Amino acid sequence: MSGYIVRRLISMVLMLLLLTLVVFLLFSVLPTDPARLTCGKACTPEVVAANRHNLGLDLPLWKQYWEFLKGLFIGRTYGSGTQTYSCDAPCLGYSFKRGEEVTTLIKQGFPATFWLAVGAFIMWISVGVSVGIYAALRRGKWQDKTVMGISLIGYSLPSFFIGLVLLYFIILKWELLPYPSYVSPFENPVAFFQTMLLPWIVLAILYAAFYMRLTRNQMLDTLGEDYIRTARAKGLSERIVIRKHGLRAGLTPIVTAAGLDLAGLLGGAIITESIFSLPGIGSLAVNSVVDADLPLIVGITLVTATFIIVANLIVDLLYAVIDPRVRLV
Amino acid sequence: MSTNSSTGAGGNYLDVRDLRVEFPTEDGLVRAVDGVSFSLQRGQTLAIVGESGSGKSVTSQAIMGLHNRKSANISGQVILEGEDLIAMSDEGVRKLRGQKMAMIFQDPLSSLHPFYTVGKQLVEAVRVHQDVSKDAARKQAIAMLDRVGIPNPDRRADDYPHQLSGGMRQRVMIAMALLNSPTLLIADEPTTALDVTVQAQILELLKDLQRDFNTAIIVITHDLGVVADMADEVVVMYGGRLVEHGSVHDIFHRPEMPYTLGLLASMPRLDHGRSSRLDPIPGLPPSLIRLPQGCVFRPRCTYHDKVPGGLCDTERPELITTGPNHEVRCHMTADVRRAIAVERLGARIEETA
Repeated sequence: MSGYIVRRLISMVLMLLLLTLVVFLLFSVLPTDPARLTCGKACTPEVVAANRHNLGLDLPLWKQYWEFLKGLFIGRTYGSGTQTYSCDAPCLGYSFKRGEEVTTLIKQGFPATFWLAVGAFIMWISVGVSVGIYAALRRGKWQDKTVMGISLIGYSLPSFFIGLVLLYFIILKWELLPYPSYVSPFENPVAFFQTMLLPWIVLAILYAAFYMRLTRNQMLDTLGEDYIRTARAKGLSERIVIRKHGLRAGLTPIVTAAGLDLAGLLGGAIITESIFSLPGIGSLAVNSVVDADLPLIVGITLVTATFIIVANLIVDLLYAVIDPRVRLV
Repeated sequence: MSTNSSTGAGGNYLDVRDLRVEFPTEDGLVRAVDGVSFSLQRGQTLAIVGESGSGKSVTSQAIMGLHNRKSANISGQVILEGEDLIAMSDEGVRKLRGQKMAMIFQDPLSSLHPFYTVGKQLVEAVRVHQDVSKDAARKQAIAMLDRVGIPNPDRRADDYPHQLSGGMRQRVMIAMALLNSPTLLIADEPTTALDVTVQAQILELLKDLQRDFNTAIIVITHDLGVVADMADEVVVMYGGRLVEHGSVHDIFHRPEMPYTLGLLASMPRLDHGRSSRLDPIPGLPPSLIRLPQGCVFRPRCTYHDKVPGGLCDTERPELITTGPNHEVRCHMTADVRRAIAVERLGARIEETA
């Protein structure tokens, strides 16, 4: 088991390194000149040249990549002579556009994204899984058909549509909730919940719809298994057959899906964050693309990918714990 | 049928009378079991034989009450020691399941829960029906694993099903079925998923346990070797109907229904040498939704022209008694049936007294 973890960690690091290279090369071939973007309208060639030098953009490409990696692991220094700026490890780069280190920007955006993802996750897992089980137990009946119909609608509605409708009616028209403005839950819990409620719902609807179907199908598959018939043949009551034998096997695969979905959301929910002006990683990503803020785009891509790769590892390890047939070698 | 002990109303330990199981589906009503009757004494073995889809598994699961009564229409009587299980409440049947009657399934790997250890699953089976502590239940479980021939049962109990061999898993299934000393044991193709050498061991084990516990056994199989080895009586099913019923001797040496003849003729025999060809039954089993008008076996029967007036196409044959405790469903006369049997199976056929 520990050998497996070590091997997975090594391959994880290699995968991330490869990813940095791909992302780095992709952005280096873009037609935009990052140095030109660093100064505004009243720009002179001299300023651009100075910025290009300070950003290290005048170096050969391999050297730029080397500097980037160095920054990631041991920190790097921008500029030379009297005008230097040191960026400590892990340095994902320096956004001249925003005058801030990329790591700082991501750290600032993370809380909003984190709370959005976690709140929505709790909502969609509790609703999606329980409704999915309910539908499975009433397979073919009107309850099942209704639930599956609603799920299909929820799954088909784009989140920008649900988001805008909720924003318009609940906040703007009926004024049931104040206009969203993110505050930390530790600072002002009431305002936090008022702000987050709609984004949670918007995000949860999409995922809950998917998890209803997933859970229902998993449960139906499981309830058709031979070992469920064995459990009944033992004389177990239907309640125990479903709870102890059905759920144990039926919900196990859902752990995998849930882990990866949560990790994906920690990298930012672009549409939801944008609609409700949440200062999260999703909004940051959109703005960085709009501004062609290359260091920031590279940084966000790397952080998001790291979440997913780490979540993959955690899910695999967890699966070995809950399914005795899985052996990690 | 034999009537030596007097346990139930009709003098039989188990009486199945006119059992019908129908499943309404979108394509129509599936008549999986259509009026099947047989009986069984303690200490005896009844084999139900037939192809896939003949209704043999559905019959056994109906006896166990394993069909969901909301999705299956079940009628008739299943009288176990004087109590009709079909008329009984679901809860009443559940309490008998795993206690008075138990079942062993075909594929022991898929029939055991993959996420629980063998011991846990056995302990659970004990504690459904007995009010004992976990430790006491575990002791019983380990003793039973030992009884069915599992080495180091106290350590094996902590294994998961996938860690055991196929034969060991089927022994675990048998142990699980026998934990509460059932008097009726239904074995649904107990050896189909196993190696030939292991098959013989499992059958020996079942016979052993039957002697010890005086269990009534219903063994469901399409393997006539299993029938010859285990059964006292045989029910042959086709298209959801009982088509022939008799002692194991009747079925092997005085078969009368063309379908039974076909089953016997399609069985490889060492004493015939390699040159003699196997004689399979042509065609496929019928769809249980659109059964033929007349005899269900008519489309595959090569002897229907021996019945005058096309009776096989128009009328369902009744079950007729052709010897002591021997019934058959066929329009041909007894003489014609016997002549065909001699022609098909030769020396094996005995002249009837």
